[in-house]
Amino acid sequence: MTPISYYMALSAILFAIGVTGVLVRRNVIVMFLSIELMLNAVNLALVALGRRIGSMDGQVIVFFVMTVAAAEAAVGLAIILSMFRNRDTVNADELNLLHW
Amino acid sequence: MPIGIFAFLAALALIGAFGVILQSNPVHCVLALALVLMDLGVIFMGLGAVTVGFLQIVVYVGAIMVLFLFIIFLLNIQADPGAGLHLGLKLFGSIAAAAMAAEFAVIVVRTPKISQIRTLPVDFGTVAALARSLFTDYLVAFEVTSVLLLAAIVGAIALARRFAPPLMLVVPDPSRSTLATPPPDAPNAERKSA
Repeated sequence: MTPISYYMALSAILFAIGVTGVLVRRNVIVMFLSIELMLNAVNLALVALGRRIGSMDGQVIVFFVMTVAAAEAAVGLAIILSMFRNRDTVNADELNLLHW
Repeated sequence: MPIGIFAFLAALALIGAFGVILQSNPVHCVLALALVLMDLGVIFMGLGAVTVGFLQIVVYVGAIMVLFLFIIFLLNIQADPGAGLHLGLKLFGSIAAAAMAAEFAVIVVRTPKISQIRTLPVDFGTVAALARSLFTDYLVAFEVTSVLLLAAIVGAIALARRFAPPLMLVVPDPSRSTLATPPPDAPNAERKSA
């Protein structure tokens, strides 16, 4: 059996990679993908710990995280779409005006 | 899960995660993230969370990643031209992320072990157990989720639609409408009678 700490370590590394993506990349879509990566790293920690204490609550919270991620993706991509229509760019550095 | 299988899956997840942040073409980034998500779904199943693992693959890979792909194709986004740009930003971003990873490492190492290991219930991770938990303990949160999804749908449509000039609502006016008084030789008898 794999110890629980290995799962936690994998979760922490995936989360750190996601943070790196948000900080380093300037393409808003890739930044968004990195946020999804962070959400899934946390999901892994929830499922692993829920298994360890024998409780279903972790999986229910993962279910809710998935729902919120779906809503977030829909609204966020709509924002990116309207941003691209107005400014013709998806580079976060070029989006520096509060009006168009 | 045997440790060999876990090592394989963890390596695959790390390769995919680095692919998300290192590739310049956004389509390749989305595909790398789809790899990570499927891999995590398999890990969930190995942890006994079979329902959540399947949901992960169906909802995340099947719906959310495809939505990302559609948006990228719709916007016709090409690869980033300058790979060597923003070196200072990349340096400081990497340092900050490394500091956070070190913090995580300290937390994982220092945390005391969970002493109590209960035996797993028989129906752990099944659809029935998940549904029982959702519709009893988390019923209010489940219902609020539906409102959240509805708001997200409405918000996405409101944000993404093109702002056309407002539609002119044409109200038929019998005194001016040509339809109301067709020429006498019009073939449509119904319209004439109206």
